[in-house]
Amino acid sequence: MTTSEPSPTKMQPTLEDIEIQLLLEGIYQYYGFDFRNYAMSSLKRRIRGIMQAEGLTRVSALQDRILHDRQCFDRFMVSVTVNVTSMFRDPSFFLAFRQKVVPLLRTYPYIRIWHAGCSAGQEVYSMAILLQEEGLYNRCRIYATDSNELVLAKAQSGIYPLELMQDYTQLYLKAGGRRSFSEYYTAAYDSAIFRASLKENIIFSQHNLATDRSFNEFNVILCRNVLIYFDPILQRRVHQLFYESLCTFGILGLGRQESLRLSPYEKQYEVLAKGEKLYRRLS
Amino acid sequence: MNVQIVVMGASLGGLSALKVLLSGLQPKFPVPIAIAQHRHRDSRSDIIDFLQHYTSLEIREVEDKDSLQPGQVYFAPADYHLLIEPGYLTLSTDAPVSYARPSIDVLFESAAESYREHTVGVILTGANQDGARGAAAIKAQGGTVIVQDPRTAEGTMMPKAAISTTTADQILPLLDIAPYLSALCSLSR
Repeated sequence: MTTSEPSPTKMQPTLEDIEIQLLLEGIYQYYGFDFRNYAMSSLKRRIRGIMQAEGLTRVSALQDRILHDRQCFDRFMVSVTVNVTSMFRDPSFFLAFRQKVVPLLRTYPYIRIWHAGCSAGQEVYSMAILLQEEGLYNRCRIYATDSNELVLAKAQSGIYPLELMQDYTQLYLKAGGRRSFSEYYTAAYDSAIFRASLKENIIFSQHNLATDRSFNEFNVILCRNVLIYFDPILQRRVHQLFYESLCTFGILGLGRQESLRLSPYEKQYEVLAKGEKLYRRLS
Repeated sequence: MNVQIVVMGASLGGLSALKVLLSGLQPKFPVPIAIAQHRHRDSRSDIIDFLQHYTSLEIREVEDKDSLQPGQVYFAPADYHLLIEPGYLTLSTDAPVSYARPSIDVLFESAAESYREHTVGVILTGANQDGARGAAAIKAQGGTVIVQDPRTAEGTMMPKAAISTTTADQILPLLDIAPYLSALCSLSR
């Protein structure tokens, strides 16, 4: 795809568009969280969902409440940042990771993994399980980050609804899982509590892809279905950050329908597994 | 009226309807086309390979931030919502809407917001009510809505829901939709 699209007829912003801009500007100025370069169509849907939950009909009324009521802001943060995902989402990705990435990782004495935008942690635990089964987990340190501390706390707890386990088991098996999935959690009432040993080498911490800098050098960066919520400008920024945070021959894993097209460093990567979004930084 | 985007929604029976519709469009269709067809979350690109046999327009499973090009057909990937921004496409993994991901309502509503009266929405066969709200959103912005005549649809519920929720501009037998679209989009250029 080229980037020379025919420019659409320039539309006047609606009043709601203007109100949303003001809301995002207010949140940035007051709370320091920057949503101004989020993909507008999906962000708008989320904002409307929040308005409905708050019983409000105007964005300016939501702005008033968010700026004057910290708890409302917390609810807003959870609603706009949490990503709906599952354990072993796109099992073929995890299978390719086992087959193509694990052999490379075996050559390292110590492995640093950054899971950027980990949301409620489902995919972090998936990776921890995979690495344990491959006998690599003891050499790994996984940095699981998200911009929202409430979502991070949920990730840290490692507790998910029990009713999802049947689905997760299927995905685990398709992803090349080797044991009985139920070994990894304890059922308590309607919850599945994941084994504490999976968390031993995971560090959960707050990091905002829109505003924060690199904080280490990594052998693997995973960021799946997070960039889709950003506009092209913010995607470029984050790709710059990933490139700077990967060591040479480091691995980048993206979501199934994401690509390096918007990365300024597209040519510095090679495709590691055809059909899966696994790339290796070459230089 | 100057059409700038065509969005289509289909569910049960959609594949054979899309086959007929896409094969009837002229080779140099002047406008981008985005399609949400309900499909199983594990289904891969076989659907696109199948449909590609019947049209000279290039069909592409959307990758995030694909730019909108005239004559290109953009197909919503399984298990993602497809949304229209001015000039490009974006994806989301937000919760299913009315059990559907991709959701036709999500596609149509985002198109209506980004392209307003320059939007054309086409509701095809299906056995649920997805797309009715989205079609109404397109009408509310002054766009055009075409609905497949339920008598020619494998699933009648989806076209019927759209017809009862909004005032469709055209209710057409499946075979007549492609010629109508071609005329509508070419005339407006």
